[in-house]
Amino acid sequence: MGSLISIELALAFLGLGFVVGIPLAVGEVYGNKLVKNLVVLPIVEFFRSIPALVLLFLFYFGASSLNLSLSPFIAALLAMGFRSAAYQSQIFRGAIKSIDVGQMQAARSIGMSKFKAIRYIILPQALRISIPGWSNEYACVLKDTSLVYALGITELMRQGRYIVARTFGNAILVYVICALIYFIIVHFGVKLLDFLEEKYKIPGYEIKKVTTRV
Amino acid sequence: MNFFEFAWSILPKLLPGALTSLKLTVLAISIGLILGIPLSLGRVYGSKVIYTITTIYIEAFRGTPMLTQLFILYFGLPSIGIMFPPFTAAVIGLGLNSAAYQAEYFRGAIQAVKDGQMVAARSIGMTKIKAIRYIILPQMFRLVIPSWSNELILLLKASSIAYMIQVSELVSVGRQIASRNFRTFEVFLVIAFIYFVIVEVLNRILHSVERKIKIPGL
Amino acid sequence: MAQTILKVENLHKSYGKTEVIKGVSFEVKKSETKVIIGPSGTGKSTLLRCINQLDYPDKGRVWLEDVEITKPHIDINQIRASIGFVFQSFNLFTHLTALDNVRIGPMRVREMKEEEATKIALEELRRVGLEDKIHHYPAQLSGGQQQRVSIARALAMNPKLILFDEPTSALDPELIGEVLEVMINLAKEEVTMIVVTHEMGFASSVADDIIFMDDGMILEEGPPGKIFKNPKHKRTAKFFSKITQLEGEKAK
Repeated sequence: MGSLISIELALAFLGLGFVVGIPLAVGEVYGNKLVKNLVVLPIVEFFRSIPALVLLFLFYFGASSLNLSLSPFIAALLAMGFRSAAYQSQIFRGAIKSIDVGQMQAARSIGMSKFKAIRYIILPQALRISIPGWSNEYACVLKDTSLVYALGITELMRQGRYIVARTFGNAILVYVICALIYFIIVHFGVKLLDFLEEKYKIPGYEIKKVTTRV
Repeated sequence: MNFFEFAWSILPKLLPGALTSLKLTVLAISIGLILGIPLSLGRVYGSKVIYTITTIYIEAFRGTPMLTQLFILYFGLPSIGIMFPPFTAAVIGLGLNSAAYQAEYFRGAIQAVKDGQMVAARSIGMTKIKAIRYIILPQMFRLVIPSWSNELILLLKASSIAYMIQVSELVSVGRQIASRNFRTFEVFLVIAFIYFVIVEVLNRILHSVERKIKIPGL
Repeated sequence: MAQTILKVENLHKSYGKTEVIKGVSFEVKKSETKVIIGPSGTGKSTLLRCINQLDYPDKGRVWLEDVEITKPHIDINQIRASIGFVFQSFNLFTHLTALDNVRIGPMRVREMKEEEATKIALEELRRVGLEDKIHHYPAQLSGGQQQRVSIARALAMNPKLILFDEPTSALDPELIGEVLEVMINLAKEEVTMIVVTHEMGFASSVADDIIFMDDGMILEEGPPGKIFKNPKHKRTAKFFSKITQLEGEKAK
């Protein structure tokens, strides 16, 4: 069903976003000025200033101009994955920066290299702090999967379209049901993330909830 | 024709599309503003019934994709007899959606205004309505500027979705041009560049506005 | 002749235009407890941080035993593993239990197996009197307990010497005692220590050698008896008189 594809897409985008987002965030906070200003910030600015739809078309048509044939799925994965990486990097960056500077100092003082300190001390804490913001990103990405409709991928919206076309059905009913399905998937995802947040909470610490759209 | 000459040549053709996008954005954010403030007030100060209704509205529009909302308005409504032309459907859809997000930003800003303000206003005899109008809202407007600026830019980017319901905004015009000369990638590079520039410019303007209206010390 | 563990030679450090450490030199011998006292803001903490290079000295050299650790291409992580550091604000790793806090160093820096690291960690936690709190998280421990865990964390690395940066300054008065007690025991066990502190009682009774620092320079150095009874400089005397003034008021 289209909904499964939508979920798969969302997870793929988020996954790529996560894998690329963390290095971006670490580079932005701990990297030298060169890395930060010439690599990380341009990438982040580029993917955040341009509409998702334009990004999708850019990657899809860009591939053919470079004589690569990319399936719509891969083009969408790259476009939306990197876009999510840009947004996620900002979430992680905020979380990393909110960690007390003493943590890094203590880690270095027992002889940890910067890399080890980031890996064993900073990131475990930062990821926990990031969960609320990440939950927001999950919702956004899931909703944005609807845009891959434009590349012809059969996710939920396109399936809806097919149903309407084939059965001459009640268009409004079909689309409202699509909306409902999205709502449920988003809702349950967020509930799951809330549960994870509770489960992995550091005993004794309260993590503040922030609701802003990225 | 190399890339730069090509880009230069299509800029004037893209202009009407860009203007439509901007028009869409401005109209939608205005609707969002006009609807969003009462929605947020309803959520903060309203009775249980009002709270429930406003929450359902906000959750519905924030929890579902913009594309779906536009599809419902443009492709769905005709099946029960209401037909909107593309631009109108887009304005309504983007506007209603923006109202939901703006309502949450306003609510956050209202709650950021310290409790003591309302209590102090009531203690000099103001009614709830007067207190909201003269004390709470003026502070809220200043506090909400960063999120509101963010919303404006998000809306500008979202206007590209109107392409899917056949509005002749920037992306749509771009595809039309591309269909004639087949240099689709380059067309979209130009479009991406246009968005990038507009967003950066808007960001700068909004930041300086923000700085000028700031309440000293807050 | 006891072995020299640490040698500091002509250390200088400036922040912007202000020179905070103006040419400091001293030595620390094995098993020695050296206490640095002096008015606040005179570079004492900065001095400690320059020794394990959490801050970088602008000029001067430091030797750990016979290795010059201020040389440019040295592996500073190895060096830091041999120097323990106890912070004023404890800086325990908030996402780890007390046990994990103490054994992460041996496990991840010295690359020990978990079993071995755990044995060491339990031993050190027992040494500071917290064997019943090993599964608690920092946020669940009092300040004094947190500081004791951080001492255990430093000890677990089997360092050549331990630096204490005002270890009790951030503690409520009733919690200071438990930390000082641990430090006194360490001194008795002949751990080499450099302690920056305002606790004069500790300084006079436990220190082998006291350094009085003011305005970025060492003004006096010597055993407690000599320093407290016959300070050479007026400023030292002034400092002590202020302290006894407070003690005197307290006594009244």
